[in-house]
Amino acid sequence: MYDFLLQLTITSCSIFILMKKIVKKHPLAIRWFHWINFPVLTIMIWSGLLIYWANDVYQIKVGNTVIYKFFPKGLYNALNVPFHLAKGMSFHFAFAWLFIINGILYVAYTIFSGEWRYLFPNRKSFKEAWQVLLHDLHIKKYEPPQQKYNAAQRIAYTAIIFMGMGSVLTGLAIYKPVQFSRATFLCGGYEAARVEHFILTIGYVLFFLIHIFQVIKTGWNNFQAMISGLEVIKTEKQIPVNEQA
Amino acid sequence: MSRRDYFSKRTKEISNSAYKKRMLFSFLIFVAFVTAGIFAWKWLNNQPNDQGALKPLRKTLEVNEKLLTSTFDTAKKVKTYDEKDAVKNVRVNGLIGMEKTIDTATWRLQVVRGDGDTLKISLAEIESLPKEDVVFDFKCIEGWSQVTHWAGVPLKTFMDHYHLNGQERMNYVGLQTVDKKYYVGIDMPSALQSQTILCYETNNKPLPMNQGYPLRLIIPVKYGIKHLKQIGTMYFSNQKPPDYWAERGYDYYAGL
Repeated sequence: MYDFLLQLTITSCSIFILMKKIVKKHPLAIRWFHWINFPVLTIMIWSGLLIYWANDVYQIKVGNTVIYKFFPKGLYNALNVPFHLAKGMSFHFAFAWLFIINGILYVAYTIFSGEWRYLFPNRKSFKEAWQVLLHDLHIKKYEPPQQKYNAAQRIAYTAIIFMGMGSVLTGLAIYKPVQFSRATFLCGGYEAARVEHFILTIGYVLFFLIHIFQVIKTGWNNFQAMISGLEVIKTEKQIPVNEQA
Repeated sequence: MSRRDYFSKRTKEISNSAYKKRMLFSFLIFVAFVTAGIFAWKWLNNQPNDQGALKPLRKTLEVNEKLLTSTFDTAKKVKTYDEKDAVKNVRVNGLIGMEKTIDTATWRLQVVRGDGDTLKISLAEIESLPKEDVVFDFKCIEGWSQVTHWAGVPLKTFMDHYHLNGQERMNYVGLQTVDKKYYVGIDMPSALQSQTILCYETNNKPLPMNQGYPLRLIIPVKYGIKHLKQIGTMYFSNQKPPDYWAERGYDYYAGL
């Protein structure tokens, strides 16, 4: 079923009709996983910050100059971070369960439903992702053809899953370094695991900022599809004109 | 395959009226979901405290502990290091319950075997028991760690020597500083792990006062909060002994 007559163009032998087509975009399960993950990951990052504060030794340095210290006092105070280590740990080790279970279900769903085909990068994705980037930055006009997600999205949405797995692995390596000594070894040791866990978290925050920016830029139709599952697609339909008529 | 081809081939089309109905329905569900989330968050944060942690979170910490300890090998050894890897300046992090000086002429480790039955053991007696060195990565719950070198008698050796076999079958060991202001409870399997020592030396010298002279616990399978300094009293219990940091919202088990 179509909404007709948005635009008519008559040529010598056919009519092009621009039509509105409503299609199912995001399966229900994926919408649930997405919207559950959002607050759970937010709580994990917040409680992680409460924990990190107790030994906030990371900084970006060039030579002897500190470029950025994780984190400035103002940020801590604004978020009421100081002296909440125990609280941070109690939230972190409870909500970690939700984060892990939701993550496992999401990955299992994408595998069994076949959705992974639209999410996993293919041979062309890495080349195309570069073209998408140039297009998005308004450097090039050309936009590579895409299916449900463009190449850059495929890489981002797959990378974030591996980052999630990395957070679980590095998290377990810090949480129980004696019992999960293999995980700690794989991460390059206890302190290395803590650094990696931290960097992955910074990665989520950057992902989130770009994600939000892109969602706002792409507009309402795309955003609401993550809630309703439906997206409105505009297509042209060619109707030949019967010369005898 | 272009984006349009993808949608025309892979997705089901629906009518405009069905679209409107579904839009309304799914947005209502979404609003309900957000509202439920906000209420759940408020509910959780309004729960009563159980020893400094919100009750459901305290419960989760306990479930984590049960789940993990039942699958873990509690006898598993902590990775050890070479003596030369150990730091020379051992970090001092907490002085709660610490005396300024302790005289070992009068100091005795009090081991409570039962009501009115307390062993009093001198430092010399403890030092005469088989000594073990432990060089391991000491981990603070704050997030830092240090490879440090300690020596003393394994708690298991100590308990066997004083015939505390009945006590070994109990669930917990409780420890208190001399002034009883700092106290911990430790589950028996962790206490009897072979690297848990009653420690009187660090870097081959007697413990400095701020490291718990004359005797402290070193228990590599736990965070530093359980490594009680200046031990005054040791006792045994089937119930969880009071624990200083657990009362302040931390996980009771604090195992690694």
